[in-house]
Amino acid sequence: MRDYSVAVIGAGHAGAEAAFAAARLGERTALFTINLDAIANMPCNPSIGGTAKGHLVREIDALGGEMGKVADKTFLQSRMLNRGKGPAVHSLRVQSDRVKYHVEMKHRLELQDNLDIIQAEIISVEKREDKSFVITTALFEKYTAKAVIISTGTYLKSTIHVGEASYSAGPDGHLAANELSNSLKALGVTLRRFKTGTPARVHRRSIDFSKLEVQYGDEKISPMSFETKGELKNRVVCHIAYTNAKTHEAIREGLHRSPLYSGRIEGVGPRYCPSIEDKVVRFSEKPRHQLFIEPMGEDTEEMYLQGMSSSLPVEVQEKMYRSIEGLENVEIMRNAYAIEYDCCDPTELFPSLEFKKIEGLYGAGQFNGTSGYEEAAAQGLVAGINAARKIKGQEPVILKRSQSYIGTLIDDIVTKGCTDPYRMMTSRSEYRLYLRQDNADLRLLPLGYEIGLINSERYERFLVKKEQIKKEIERLNATGVAPSDELNAMLVSRETSPVKNGATLADLIRRPQISYDDLKPFDKQRSELDAEVCEQAEIEIKYEGYIKKQAAQVEELHRLEQRKLSPDIDYCTVEGLRLEAAEKLNRIKPLSIGQAAGISGVNPADVAVLIIRLGSKGE
Amino acid sequence: MKAQSNDTIAAISTATSAAAVSMVRLSGERAIEIADSIFVSMSGKKISEIKGYSALYGEVFDKKGKFDTAVALLFRAPKSYTGENVVELTVHGGMYLVKRLLRAALDRGARLAEAGEFTKRAYLNGKMSLSSAEATAALISAKGEIEAKAALRAADGRLSRQSDEIAQSLVTLLGEISAYCDYPDEDIVDVSRETLIKTLTAVKEELSSLTSGFERGSVALSGVDTVIVGSTNVGKSTIMNQMSGFEKSIVTDIAGTTRDIVEDTVSVGGFVLKLSDTAGIRETSDVVESMGVKRAKERIESAALIIAVFDSSREISDEDREIIELTKDKNTIAVINKNDLETKNDIELIKSSFKNVVEISAIDKSSGEALESAITSALNKFKLDDGAMVIINERQYDCVKRALYDINDALASAQNGVEPDMIGITIEGALSSLYELSGKKTSDAVVNEIFSKFCVGK
Repeated sequence: MRDYSVAVIGAGHAGAEAAFAAARLGERTALFTINLDAIANMPCNPSIGGTAKGHLVREIDALGGEMGKVADKTFLQSRMLNRGKGPAVHSLRVQSDRVKYHVEMKHRLELQDNLDIIQAEIISVEKREDKSFVITTALFEKYTAKAVIISTGTYLKSTIHVGEASYSAGPDGHLAANELSNSLKALGVTLRRFKTGTPARVHRRSIDFSKLEVQYGDEKISPMSFETKGELKNRVVCHIAYTNAKTHEAIREGLHRSPLYSGRIEGVGPRYCPSIEDKVVRFSEKPRHQLFIEPMGEDTEEMYLQGMSSSLPVEVQEKMYRSIEGLENVEIMRNAYAIEYDCCDPTELFPSLEFKKIEGLYGAGQFNGTSGYEEAAAQGLVAGINAARKIKGQEPVILKRSQSYIGTLIDDIVTKGCTDPYRMMTSRSEYRLYLRQDNADLRLLPLGYEIGLINSERYERFLVKKEQIKKEIERLNATGVAPSDELNAMLVSRETSPVKNGATLADLIRRPQISYDDLKPFDKQRSELDAEVCEQAEIEIKYEGYIKKQAAQVEELHRLEQRKLSPDIDYCTVEGLRLEAAEKLNRIKPLSIGQAAGISGVNPADVAVLIIRLGSKGE
Repeated sequence: MKAQSNDTIAAISTATSAAAVSMVRLSGERAIEIADSIFVSMSGKKISEIKGYSALYGEVFDKKGKFDTAVALLFRAPKSYTGENVVELTVHGGMYLVKRLLRAALDRGARLAEAGEFTKRAYLNGKMSLSSAEATAALISAKGEIEAKAALRAADGRLSRQSDEIAQSLVTLLGEISAYCDYPDEDIVDVSRETLIKTLTAVKEELSSLTSGFERGSVALSGVDTVIVGSTNVGKSTIMNQMSGFEKSIVTDIAGTTRDIVEDTVSVGGFVLKLSDTAGIRETSDVVESMGVKRAKERIESAALIIAVFDSSREISDEDREIIELTKDKNTIAVINKNDLETKNDIELIKSSFKNVVEISAIDKSSGEALESAITSALNKFKLDDGAMVIINERQYDCVKRALYDINDALASAQNGVEPDMIGITIEGALSSLYELSGKKTSDAVVNEIFSKFCVGK
């Protein structure tokens, strides 16, 4: 029996970050995986990032996580989504080489001090009298740990459904973890069934690319990690295809054979990621749906059909895929399938991701009812940090809604819960103008340094950058430009008014039509600065009014978040609360008034009652 | 479920004016116990022994002994107005008896209720929604017919319906903006600048009509500042007396008024008039120029209604002329007080200066009606068509006002070429303000909108 400080069960995107964090914070950590070849696997999209997910990766990076670095090292194509829109919604997304990503992450884990990686199926986690846990493998090997992080993803008691067939298995043909659920229930964890799905992987040579639209990557690539320097190059292109009436007909004809429509799947599927049969049924008026054809890697001919996940029988899948222009002769290598799995109810967790009722037990990733590699990694990082801090007797790190997307994600799931797999979206953050992907380091790196996952060398570099941004903003505000024919010609060509008496550079940058780069010829004292520094200066000036307004809102929320609530309060004894609010509060046990305000069913008047009755006690 | 006990409150819950019966209401855990200690039923049954919604007839006692016969009506928690145990003790009318009853209840351990505390408890115990509670509170303190109507409408949920409709159009807009931003690779069309401007303009108009309804209505609600001006001894006191004969307003305490100069409040044509008189300023001075005393001018400037009084039996003085100059372009009623003496005044000058002229006589009782109707017509511009007054209190006004501020901001940005997603942030601010009225959460609403309207996802 080996003794560990932290045990992480499951080595997907959540487990990997959790293990890194715990080990790097000095705790002796064991990372259990059902198969070493499944570490940081991407059983769905071969891609990292996307809207709001790109934000999460940047935040993970600023807090000292690994995902962004590995994504930069193994990407095939990179695009900054929404570049034409406001900076709040710019989001980085890369196509990844699935196998290389796994190999890179696995190797980094193997090189990590304090971390043992063990291939084993865990069948039980039991609590001992001394509050530590005993972990038993399928081979009846036993380990102990002071804290346990459950990050079982879609492996927990998972069932695959394809047409009339269903069988017990994890994703990508790996084994399911069938035993662990019972022992979690015995510990007091409430489990429920969620469902997700993935499309087919097809052979590259069976696609007629001449009939498809090409989607190129960005010319100038921004890396995921603030640490990645040097030039990055796209290595592949993606393609776009469309379904048509024939596709929809094939789907409707086969619909009665779907396990979803015949009622065999009980799990709740994600709204944001519907199967193609779902899309066709729910949005029957749409004449076509878009799909993306993405390479799975450089050393494989497998191609991923994004937008076409399905649990229809393979012959129906083949018929529907082949009805698509360009895919007439497509050869399926791995069929599409739906997968059902056990997950917990995240309202049973504190914002630290520790179970409220089970001290030392943490949940992260899809096990918590979320979906997506980035959402998983973000939670893994937080769970890993907090498990380590718990053992050290330190206060947990609770990321705030007003500070990060990670905080927003965790607050959403632990406060509001989720009825279908939760995906991060920019519209979920009311502070998105402040929580941009470009300033994730400015928001979080000092915290990462404080936690101990950012070394002082990186922190020093960050401080230099921060100072440069400040100086550049000051300079732009103080530097005037005299009116000239050249300047006015440029302004007029951008459809904005010419200047008569001169203006500061900042005044001109504030105009929506004018960029920092546009002013280069008129800005004689401009020094060569890092692109990131220029970008920050430009955004801070251009959106100053909005940012200030949002900063005021952030400040207000901070105030509510500062007002702590003890988890021991019985809200039924709080005078003045409505019954519904009291019941909801008793279920969630918020740690601050800010968190309480986010609970659905708790209205502003209830919040006022809390502020009056409890907030002042400063518990 | 309330383990911690609320103290028991008591108050006189009928109008303090003359009435046939008067009632003291007790609410709280000890309401029954306290009532039993001051009330003894004829049947010998105790209040604590009867069911809710039933009554006992008996006598009330204080330290000095029995002082009246009374009816006790019991409402058991939670089936009562406040959700707590409530006992209503009704005695004969007149302030003396009911005050004695209240004193007796307070002596036995009840606490005098604060203004609106019964309604507050009803709200806190989940007996009514926030806007209903506000509406009921406004109804209880309704000062005039128009306010009562507005209060009823809010209790009817009219504000929440209207604000929900406005909110829904913002949610739809935000859903489109967000779907476009969160799913950039899907074939979703961005919101056009025209749609954005059109929707925002429509919302702006609706919000503006809500706020201006309140602004106009608050004149009706908080009372019409009415100044009576006139030179010395023109018979202002006659006018005051005439007006004091109007239906008496029950309002005794109007917040935010300049109490020191309000001499009386009367109710005319559904409005509460706060009467004040500028006499004190002038009568100390015999110089006509003193009419120009700054304060008097300010009063005239800020008044919503001016009653300028002239004496028909006297020549028009310089002071009268000054008054005419100061008031003729305002919302003024010129009142010509006819003494039984012969008319020396050049009535024509007054008639040609004012649109609203009333001739009254202290002896003619019907002239009061002429004044009343003149006042009513002068107040017509404050009259609210049914429906204009939807917002009834400052909190609601503040929410809508903040929403309007954000919408104006968003509209300016839209016209200025700012990206829709940036404008979306401001629109979300407006939505949050509107949702404060109903307690909904903005981000939930938008996310649900996206999923219900758009076919998105990998």
